[in-house]
Amino acid sequence: MHPIRRQRLIAVIFVVVLATVAVGLVTYALRQNINLFYTPSQITAGEAPEGTRIRVGGMVVPGSVQRVPGSLETLFTVTDGAGEVKIAYTGILPDLFAENEAAVATGMMREDGTFGASEVLAKHDENYMPPEVADAMEKAMDKAHEARQ
Amino acid sequence: MARTRPIMPAWFHRLGSPKGFYSMTTPWLPWLAAASLVLLIGGAVWGLGFAPADAKQGNSFRIIYIHVPSAFLALAGYYVMAVAGAIGLIWRMKLSFVAMKAAAPLGAALTLISLVTGALWGKPTWGTYWVWDARITSMLVLFFLYLGVIALHYAYTNGEAAGKAAAVLALVGTANIPIIYKSVDWWYTLHQPATIKLTEAPSMHPSMFQPLLVMIAGFYCLYALVLILNIRAEILHRERGSHWVVELARSRRS
Repeated sequence: MHPIRRQRLIAVIFVVVLATVAVGLVTYALRQNINLFYTPSQITAGEAPEGTRIRVGGMVVPGSVQRVPGSLETLFTVTDGAGEVKIAYTGILPDLFAENEAAVATGMMREDGTFGASEVLAKHDENYMPPEVADAMEKAMDKAHEARQ
Repeated sequence: MARTRPIMPAWFHRLGSPKGFYSMTTPWLPWLAAASLVLLIGGAVWGLGFAPADAKQGNSFRIIYIHVPSAFLALAGYYVMAVAGAIGLIWRMKLSFVAMKAAAPLGAALTLISLVTGALWGKPTWGTYWVWDARITSMLVLFFLYLGVIALHYAYTNGEAAGKAAAVLALVGTANIPIIYKSVDWWYTLHQPATIKLTEAPSMHPSMFQPLLVMIAGFYCLYALVLILNIRAEILHRERGSHWVVELARSRRS
């Protein structure tokens, strides 16, 4: 390779590496701010800021969803396996909101330890399947569950 | 000092000259156009009309057949642009800056398509059009990087200076591509992790996944076709005073 071209090649590689390292360090330093939400275990451990609007994300615990009669208020619990947060939300939930599915709520912790949400979003997972396959899988899971008991 | 020996074959040099590229790619165009047409129409009819609806999302999942291929090509197209820029900076090949300029609006359009289709899908699925999570925000940064490369080309009257400046911006912007790709694994985001993985089977039923593969192949063909057409148009513009372009115009008219 011609020495001038080699020099230019080294300069190009230097620019790419330097930019990547710089952006990498910035994103590493800001990693907690880049996360969209806190997990329930982070909140129970006191890692989330108090007295300010935050987001909490986790799996909706099966059987935890209660609707308050005569209002749009819904109470449910989200978990990440290690911690649990009880959420109160007044409003219309997205269609994909369901038990055993992930949800992300925006709001503030109340004095009584529940999380008062002003917005609830459903988080979809990366699995796509036709309804018949989903039904068959559910039946197979139930059967395996019965066999274990 | 030892003389440098040629490391590239003859066709590479032919492809590197604007006139050589123009005449070499002319017979490719009908094939690429036919392949894109067949794959895109076939994939769209298969995906929108015959693939089963998703168990949870119903029919709204079908936007994946546009969203994922355009997002794929928006990322891959950025590397096309950045590598063309690097070749232009190092070897000072005329054609590589032309290719970089041609790739920018195409990549910007694909990024915009993936952002808009994602927002349209987000409303019925998540409950919102837009969330500032790592995936969506880094994709927006990609859109601005493409716009920056386009803008730099118009900021200079001198083509060579514009090419150099745009190439440096394109190279710096490559830092964003792994961030977009890995954002859903590195941080908590609303956007779900990748369905199509390099090392594992896709987490999608084959009856839904096969039309998606056809659409991705169709988008690749369309990308190649539009990129080549853009490059050819830019070549004709830059060489408009040269003998071969004048001859070409004359032969077309008669």
